[in-house]
This record gives sequence, C-alpha cells and structure tokens, in this order.
Amino acid sequence: MGTKRVKNSRRDFLKKTAIVGGGAIAASILNPFDAVLIASEDPGDKSKVWWAYVIDIDKCIGCGRCANACKNENDVPKEPFFFRTWVEQYTINNNHEVHVESPNGGIDGFDQSLDKSDVFKSFFVPKMCNHCHKSPCVQVCPVGATYDTPDGVVLVDDDYCIGCRYCVQACPYGCRYIHPEKKVADKCTLCYHRISKGKTTACIEVCPTGARMIGDLNDDKGPLVKFLKKHNCLVLKPHLNTGSKLFYNSLNAEVR
Amino acid sequence: MEEFNHLYEMLSQVQGYVYPNEVDLQWGLLIVQYPYLTGLVAGAFITASLERVFNVKALKVTYELSLLTALAFLLVATMPLISHLGHPERFYEIMITPHLTSAMAIFGFVYLWYLMVVLLLEIWFDYRRDMVLWAREAKGLKKWLYKILTLGVNDISPKTVMWDNKIGYFITVVGIPSAFLLHGYVGFIFGSVKANPWWSSVLMPVIFLFSAMVSGIALIMLVYMVVSYVRKKKPDMLALDTIAKFLFYVIILDFTLEGLDQIHRIYEAEESFEIISMLVSGKLYITLIVVQVFLGTIIPLVILGIFQFYKPKDSIRRVLYLIVSLLILVGIFFMRWNVVIGGQLFSKSFYGFTGYKTLIVGSEGLLMATVWVIVPFSILAFLLWLLPPWKKLSSKELTEAES
Repeated sequence: MGTKRVKNSRRDFLKKTAIVGGGAIAASILNPFDAVLIASEDPGDKSKVWWAYVIDIDKCIGCGRCANACKNENDVPKEPFFFRTWVEQYTINNNHEVHVESPNGGIDGFDQSLDKSDVFKSFFVPKMCNHCHKSPCVQVCPVGATYDTPDGVVLVDDDYCIGCRYCVQACPYGCRYIHPEKKVADKCTLCYHRISKGKTTACIEVCPTGARMIGDLNDDKGPLVKFLKKHNCLVLKPHLNTGSKLFYNSLNAEVR
Repeated sequence: MEEFNHLYEMLSQVQGYVYPNEVDLQWGLLIVQYPYLTGLVAGAFITASLERVFNVKALKVTYELSLLTALAFLLVATMPLISHLGHPERFYEIMITPHLTSAMAIFGFVYLWYLMVVLLLEIWFDYRRDMVLWAREAKGLKKWLYKILTLGVNDISPKTVMWDNKIGYFITVVGIPSAFLLHGYVGFIFGSVKANPWWSSVLMPVIFLFSAMVSGIALIMLVYMVVSYVRKKKPDMLALDTIAKFLFYVIILDFTLEGLDQIHRIYEAEESFEIISMLVSGKLYITLIVVQVFLGTIIPLVILGIFQFYKPKDSIRRVLYLIVSLLILVGIFFMRWNVVIGGQLFSKSFYGFTGYKTLIVGSEGLLMATVWVIVPFSILAFLLWLLPPWKKLSSKELTEAES
C-alpha cells in the first residue's frame, strides 16, 4: 500500500514535470517577453524603442533612495500620501501570515517590526507605474488626457486633465494620485524628460544595488531583453490583463 | 500643512496595509449623490411611463408630477459631478473631445439626450395646450413665461392636440429605454472597473437600474403625499396603493438581483473574498446590513407585502407609506454610499483598509452636498408653481370649455 502510494506520487510528479517543462520549452520558442507580456498586442514599430522596466527583488535592500530621488526629481509633494514610486516591505511570519509595510514609502528606511525568530521570509518590493500596454487608466480617461506615447510610456497631460479621478480608480496598482496643487492626476513618467535625452531615470541613478533597470523591449540584444531571457520574471496581477511592462524578478505570489 | 490634516488623520486610521496613494479616498459624498440623483430621475420617469405607456389609469394623478420631479432632479444631477472635479472649469472637454473608450465619456451625451430629447420634449407636448390657455388668462411675468414656453405654437384645435398626444406617447416609448440607458450606464461606470472587485460585476448596471426604479417610485410616493398635504388635499388612495404595489414588485426584483450578486461573490470566493467579507462585516456593517438591507429593504418589503393582502384604514396606510418611502430613499442613498465609498475603503492590495470622514465644508463637503439636495426640490417647487398638474384641463373639460 505504502509502496504503491509512493509510486503513484512519483508518476504524478513526472507527469507534472513533463507538462511544466514542455510548456516552458513551448513558451521559449516565442519571443522571450511575449510569454510574460500576457496576450499582448504587437508593440507597434519593432525598429523603434518600446520602453519597459525591470525590478530585481533579490537585489533590493529597501534603502528607499529611489522613492526619495523620484520626489526630488519630479516635484512630488513630500507628504506621505503622494508617490510616483515607493518601496514595500513584505514579511511572512512562521504562521504564513503576510505583513506589508511602507512607512513614508520607504524613504526613511525600514525597521523589522516582527521578532527575528518569527520571520519566515522578508523582502522588499519597489512599486511604480507599470506602464501597461493595455492600461486601464488610459482606457477610462474621459477626455484622453492620459495617453500612451509611441515609445510605450503612459503619461498625463496636465493642461488637459479635468481631475475626475477615474484613472486613479482604474489603476489596479495604486500608482496614481491627485496632485494637491495642480489638481490633476499624477504618476510616474519613467522620467520621460530624462530618458528621451538618453539619460536614465532618477530612481535607477540612485539605486545602490542595481535593482532597477530600464530598457527597450524591441532591442533583442539589449540588457533588458537579455535579463528577461535569463530570469523568471513576472508581472503584478497578470489576471487583469493590463499588459504590464514592469517585470519583477523573484516575485513572490504574496505580492499584490 | 493644514490642508493635509485630514489625510494625516486618515493615515492614523489605516488598518493593515494600503498603497500609500490610497490613503486619500478619491470619490466622496458628491459621487455618492451623483448616481443617487440620476437614479431618482430614471425611477421617476419610469413611474410616469407606467401611466402613459402601460396604461395604469390609477397613476394619472401622478403622471405630470413624476415628469416634473424627473426634470427637477435631472437639471441638478450633473452638478455634484462637476463640482467634485479637480478642474471644474474644464468639464466641457468631456463633451467636445470625448475619449470614446472611457465609460465616463458618453455620460454627457446620454444626459443631454435624456434631458433635451426625452424629458423636455415630453413635458412640452404634454403642457403645450395648457400653456396656450394659461397664457391667455395669466397676467404679468407668468403670461410672458407661458408665451415664451409655447414657442409660438398656439394652435389648440382638437387635431393638433391629438398630435401632441401621439408625439408625447411616442417620446415616452423612446423614453423608457432611454431611462434604462441613463441609469444602466451609470452602473456600468462602476461595474466596468476591473481593478476593483467590489464594483466589477456584470450585474452592476442592472442592479443600478432596479435600485433607481425603487428610489424613483418611492420619491414620487413621497412628493405626491407632501404636495397633497401642502395643497390641503387628501392624496388619492388608489394612486398611492397602485404606486405601492409597483414599488413592492420592483423591490423584490432589486433585492433578488443584489442578493444574487452577493451570493455569487460568496460562492466563487475569489482572491478578494476575504477583504470584502471583512468590509461588509466591519466598515460597512451599519450602512449596508443595518440601513440598506434591514431598514431600507426588508422593513419596506414586509410592510408593502402585508398591504397586498390586508389593507388597514386609509390614515394608517398614509402614515406607513410616508415611513416606507422615506426608509427606501435613505436605504437607496446608502446603497450608493456602500458602492461608491465601500469600494474605496479597502486597498487594491487586499491587505488593509483606509478610512473616510465626510468633511463639512469644501467642494466635496456636507454643505455642498446639502445644496444639491435642496436645489432640486426648489426647482420642483418652481415647476409646480409654473406648470401645476392639478390645473391642467382634462380633454372632457376642454371640450366643454371650447363649446
């Protein structure tokens, strides 16, 4: 009886491995990012830049310099209710309960509020606009003030936004806020004023561990596509089919 | 710093984890009012069409009253929406450059269609003959108002009046799907937000529609009783009983649909289930379970249900109808509250809750909201002064008057 059960479970294991392995091989035939960009449409002109972003959770140490640099670079109000990017600390305790914290978006660093012996696992997750290819925020904007640039960045036109806040509701990732002075929707621009001049973003520039990376999804030989090839990257909330272009390496299922 | 005081207060009320941008709840009291007011319009219009299209003769006395109530509330329905905008002065952009993939972009057109094509036209055709007659009798300002409102069409021969009636009937027939569209559409604005599991439901437009009918019918019941009281007339009990009967059926439908939506959520128990059940049993317990379901639905349902089998004497029924209509109006208001505010109290990370506190002053505050409740009733009072339904002549009286 015991032997049979072991055999069965071994057979099941082999079956499952074959399915997963076969699936992975099948997926690898596709373009490397097509497999992660769930059901995405064609990214337009393949000869031009199509911006995407990678965050390597294994590398993030939760220093919060990115969130701070972003606020300084982009005139984001200093109060702890407005962030274009912020860092979350996930801690899973031995009872498998998930604790998430982000005091002041992580700008002032983190303390572990749980006793060390109780921590099963802890890691940091930087968050920002996912620059979705099929973004719900662009879809719902009633006047078209939020739009996709041809190179794949989601932006807001300050002079056009009526401040209805529908986009804030529609963003599944909590990446938008209403600017308290401008009274319009505000969010990460991927430092468009910098990247369009060949510079990198403020958050990437200050990251001491290289946990953040921007790159061109259309450049098969570029560092971003190479990273996606080598690592198992996932997007947040893939079931919502937003076509997110923010890829996380080592993303835990607990992260939402 | 001071402008952020309420946000710091909300931050201290956060339970669990919310994304930092979620501490500030985006759609407050005014956006609760917007579907509420729109719903009252749609419901009041459906009540009017019961007489006109479905030939419910007992509701003749409330026909014009329903139309004027719908108009009074429709004129105000967009005001909470506009006054909550970050840039109210840019509101017209939604009309001149609508972004057609947005569920919100079409609202302006649906609204205008309903106002200009349905309500104003129907009221005009219904009142034209009377306005011509009143213009002859009235003096001063009122005389000129009537003259202007007739738009110079002064022919009141039986043939023309018959055409007025025919066109009016046709507009009502068009008006019913339009009323469905108006409020089903408002439901879609919420129901189509896939990021929010409390809103994202295919049933949302249907639920909005039926709850709109419930609130609109209850409003007509209330307005009819109040207007009768002010005019020192006894309300027609047959009309009240008929309204109550329809109200009873529509509440059953509405309750069934909302129940189905919740049962579906509970049974499927998706990723968001835990946070939503905490929401319902915690932050929304008073407004949803106590006010919306118990006070606003079950009690009216029981009272109206009993009346279908046993009718106590008129005076008791009148008092109970008054109570029922008020309970329903409060209940549906909190239904909107539970949808709009409830959907923003929990984090889209599903790991915690933020808080909401109604501010007194400010463009999103209680005072502003109160204004948008008083204004439609003031408009209604003006409309009833200008176009009193009880002074309209019936066709029979008119024939006698002409001869």
